[in-house]
Amino acid sequence: MDTAYLIETIIKVVVVLLIFSALAGIGTYFERKILAFMQRRLGPMNVGPYGLLQVAADGIKLFTKEDIIPTNVVGRIFKIAPVITAATAFMAAAAIPFLPQFELFGYTVHPIISDVNIGILYILGIMGVGLYGPLLGGMASANKFSLLSAARSAAVFISYEVVTGLSILAPIMMVGSLSLIDFNEYQAGGFGDWIVWSQPVAFILFWIAAFAETGRTPFHLVANDHEIIDGFGTEYSGMRWGLFFIGEYANMFFISFVIPLLFLGGYGDGSFLGALGLLGKMAFFFFFFLWTRAAWPDVRPDQLMWLCWKVLMPIAVVNIVITGLVMMF
Amino acid sequence: MKNTQEFNNRNVSENGYYLVDIADYPTDGWGKFKRVVQRTFRGELFVGLWVVLREMIKFDIHTIQYPQEKMPIGPRYRAVHEMKRLWESDAERCIGCGLCEKICISNCIKMDTRIDEHSRKEVSEYTINLGRCIFCGYCAEVCPELAITHGGEYEQASEQREHFVDYSYMLTPLDKMKAGTQVEFEGFGAITPHEDERVKKTPLAY
Repeated sequence: MDTAYLIETIIKVVVVLLIFSALAGIGTYFERKILAFMQRRLGPMNVGPYGLLQVAADGIKLFTKEDIIPTNVVGRIFKIAPVITAATAFMAAAAIPFLPQFELFGYTVHPIISDVNIGILYILGIMGVGLYGPLLGGMASANKFSLLSAARSAAVFISYEVVTGLSILAPIMMVGSLSLIDFNEYQAGGFGDWIVWSQPVAFILFWIAAFAETGRTPFHLVANDHEIIDGFGTEYSGMRWGLFFIGEYANMFFISFVIPLLFLGGYGDGSFLGALGLLGKMAFFFFFFLWTRAAWPDVRPDQLMWLCWKVLMPIAVVNIVITGLVMMF
Repeated sequence: MKNTQEFNNRNVSENGYYLVDIADYPTDGWGKFKRVVQRTFRGELFVGLWVVLREMIKFDIHTIQYPQEKMPIGPRYRAVHEMKRLWESDAERCIGCGLCEKICISNCIKMDTRIDEHSRKEVSEYTINLGRCIFCGYCAEVCPELAITHGGEYEQASEQREHFVDYSYMLTPLDKMKAGTQVEFEGFGAITPHEDERVKKTPLAY
């Protein structure tokens, strides 16, 4: 491994970390503004022009708040749990190509930290490990509501991992590779080559499962809304709670990158327009996360399980079988 | 009489009442399956999405940015008291009769009077404890001179429960009087419109 590669990788890691930490903060601003507009409110308006500096104010508050470790909690696990959420969210980003490769001062930059040949499997696996953040945080909190929320979110995450994995299997069979770069090359021919046209069912299933994987509103069962308690993060304060938040929003951004890369042609032929297209698609999927939060109610936990095991999983399996038959003959 | 008959007839079936037509819940598996498929493809989720998106596009924001913008409040609103002056002479209307102190049910008005150099009764001390005041409006109603009234100033945060306003605070300032901008209170104790036409004059014959 030569030094230039090492330096390049470190720079890319730092850039991704910085950009997406900042985006997670700005994501909260977008969420509050868009939710407000959809409910005929104004949202944050007082800090800075149109409330733009609200993110900075929240950041200062989170950083300077007292870090409370309550009595009876399992100290070490309680402290490490938010780090797991945030860290796994960012680790998953390692195999995502955010932009097509481009020339910078005569040097070819690949905006992917590591093009591992098991790309999508790695991303899903690391996002699966992210489950341990809520689970351990809730179990270590010495709070029954945190525990309830942790158990429920664990059930949701594990169940929907099945749907995610099975739904993505059919496109993987078509492409014949797990690397997101290869997925992109497969669809590089243009609009007609997008996998969504040949695998619409897998697209819908993956999209639905993405809501469960990120714990967003139709499946926002990580919070105990019916008990008016915030769920596994109840006992957390300050920056530890902030890490949970950053992890959640970073996950939303990364999933919003993965869906277009898998199904909607990614960055296409790698031109500037293609790169803009990927960012546009990412923005739409991120917006959709906020949109559904304003429009739809949460489902009950048993309905969620019913949807997963009795509806989505059978459809995913049937989809795989049909895809296999079509590919065979 | 038709109306009372309608009300007295408690026989529900004759009054045009009807049961809402709700289909029975499916009991067997096939019925449940059909219901799920129907609900899935009816597109109800997209109705919800469209409603919120429409509101966002219309951008009909109903927020009032409170410290900068305020809702108009009604002229009868009973907030912190005001002491009015006479329009003709700019003199204080209060004659120191003490009725407001007497009627106040929360005992928040305290006043003291003395005889001034023109041998007229004059208010020397007058305070209202807003911490005790329940803003019932009795003082404004009982005042024979329309002197003490309620005003529209509702922003009265204070550092302690005992929050006093005194006579000079409530009295209409003289410059406001000169500008003719004193506003009469329309609420409790105020003269009703067209009072002159409706009032019965006291017969002076006896």
